[in-house]
Amino acid sequence: MTVQPLLSVRHLTTEFQLAGKQIARALEDVSFDVMPGKTIGLVGESGCGKTTTLMSIMRLLPASGRITSGNVYFNGIDLLTLSEHEMRAHRWKEMSIIFQGAMNALNPVMKIGDQIREAILLHNLMPRNAAEQRVGELLELVGIPRLRRDLYPHQYSGGMRQRAMIAMALACSPDLLFADEPTTALDVMIQAQVLELLKEIQKKLGLAIVLVTHDLGVVAEMCDDVVVMYGGKVAEYGSAELVYNQPQHPYTQRLLEAFPDLSRSIDSSTDLATIPGTPPRLNALPPGCRFSPRCHKSMEICTQIAPDLIAQNTAGNAQHLAACHLLNKLEIKNS
Amino acid sequence: MNENWALFKRNLFEFWKAFRRNKLGLLGGFLVLTAILAATFAPLLTPYAPTEVIRDVNGRGLTFAPPSVHAPLGTDDAGRDIWSQLIYGARVSLAVGFLAGFIAMFIGSLFGILAGYFGGRIDNLLMRVTDVLLVIPDLPLMLVLVATLRQMDLHVSPLVVLVFVIGLLYWTSTARLIRSQVLTIKERQYVARSRAIGAGHVHIIRKHILPQIMPLIVANTVLIISTAILIESGLAFLGLGDPTQPSWGAMLNFAFDRSAVTNGAWWFYLPPGFAIVWVTLGCVLLGNVLEDMLNPRLTAHHLESNQNMIAIQKREGE
Repeated sequence: MTVQPLLSVRHLTTEFQLAGKQIARALEDVSFDVMPGKTIGLVGESGCGKTTTLMSIMRLLPASGRITSGNVYFNGIDLLTLSEHEMRAHRWKEMSIIFQGAMNALNPVMKIGDQIREAILLHNLMPRNAAEQRVGELLELVGIPRLRRDLYPHQYSGGMRQRAMIAMALACSPDLLFADEPTTALDVMIQAQVLELLKEIQKKLGLAIVLVTHDLGVVAEMCDDVVVMYGGKVAEYGSAELVYNQPQHPYTQRLLEAFPDLSRSIDSSTDLATIPGTPPRLNALPPGCRFSPRCHKSMEICTQIAPDLIAQNTAGNAQHLAACHLLNKLEIKNS
Repeated sequence: MNENWALFKRNLFEFWKAFRRNKLGLLGGFLVLTAILAATFAPLLTPYAPTEVIRDVNGRGLTFAPPSVHAPLGTDDAGRDIWSQLIYGARVSLAVGFLAGFIAMFIGSLFGILAGYFGGRIDNLLMRVTDVLLVIPDLPLMLVLVATLRQMDLHVSPLVVLVFVIGLLYWTSTARLIRSQVLTIKERQYVARSRAIGAGHVHIIRKHILPQIMPLIVANTVLIISTAILIESGLAFLGLGDPTQPSWGAMLNFAFDRSAVTNGAWWFYLPPGFAIVWVTLGCVLLGNVLEDMLNPRLTAHHLESNQNMIAIQKREGE
């Protein structure tokens, strides 16, 4: 029996209208699947389209953004064909977001409990007093005493705010949870707590999580699958194990090298690797492979033709795709 | 219910505690409050009706009588008591000012919120209407409008005409102010979050935008009211008020018509002028202070909510 993916993103392309009729293609041909109850990580540098991917799926792009092509299937329904009104019913009830930066995502002049209750009441899931009961349960689920519902966001600590955001995301019992850098701006101890909490909740409620982060350690710890994004495109996509142990795309390789590995013996002679340069500006993308200007293995073809995602030979039915001309060459050689 | 009431009382008390510290605000509150009280209790504060002619023992009207025991602020050209006219006039001036102020505030807030929140074409349309009204000189336009409307046999009191003309023309600055504030608030992430939880526009405006701009609206209403009172006085002075009811502007109009200045009857024209200054100054002071105080980011609010925290910790301890 094959399990149908809960969320299936196909060839998603999103563009932003910039000043002066310029167009920035923030996402191009992004595809991935989220299986029910599993965790998938979206990784990449800042500005490579991770948050835009989430916002496109939820259809919460700002007015200047537009999805130009692609499909987003959620339980078989293409979300991009729904009317705004129908889409509203899907939001939060079936998929919810933990926003980047909990302080900003909470209304400073509204009590925490009222903000959690907002979603429940909005979807008419239960009467007011039952919703109040649910708020208490949710707060306790994330480890906040229920009486603290009456406090304002500025009276919460950073970790508590993030946990309140998680409680809020769970308010309508969604099947899918988007976590947009849930641990940035938190100190390491609180980061660990929040991740532990997410794991625990996932186990308890069986929901699927899409984790956006640039912390590869978090991905390694949490995720079943990984999507590595660069410049709005998928660079490498596969199970976390394969991507970590056999990274195929030079970008993934360099990213992993740039990350400290605690299991390696500390050797002062080997500095952490860095990737020179910055991610491309989306309105001035390099021709060919977007990573080519920064790639240490760049070849002539890389600056001319954009590589396609190529399936890698893997044992079993685990999936592993990468977009690099190097892999193409190998394939040609092999055949 | 009981708890909410207690919280409300505590909030009110905190508000008063913070308000009390502000001398200018207190002065403004005092000025406005005394005017409102005088208008409300006018019949108790004077033995004469505003149109009643005070006569001497021979039955002759006391015209242009200087202030005395009988008439504390003297009498006008027909022998009517100035003090009575002043406090009865306060009713008209304040009523017109408040009503027109509320209408202006309502339209201004509505336009500002719609334009700021929805942006795009709606913003363009509403703001162009606003611009057109902004560039037309107010006073001539109002003169023409009031004069025209009065010719039209609308069977309404001239005061109602005044209220609507002022109210329908004086919302432009408010609309601009509210719009700019809404523009900054709608970009905040909690508005995006509210959309993400499936909220519609009405919900977002009601729950997230309105509470944030409410302080601005309240403070601005007070300021608009003072402007409306000034305008009403100006129009009445020019003879566009209700001649059958005394208002401060109408009193000035009479004073100049009946050559109070040449007669040296300073008690005829100084009191209404002083009353106008009294109320508008009070409104301006109060408005400025309210704007500072109601801002949720300032101290008063935090004091209140920290008490909230202490109360919760106490209950948790039990």
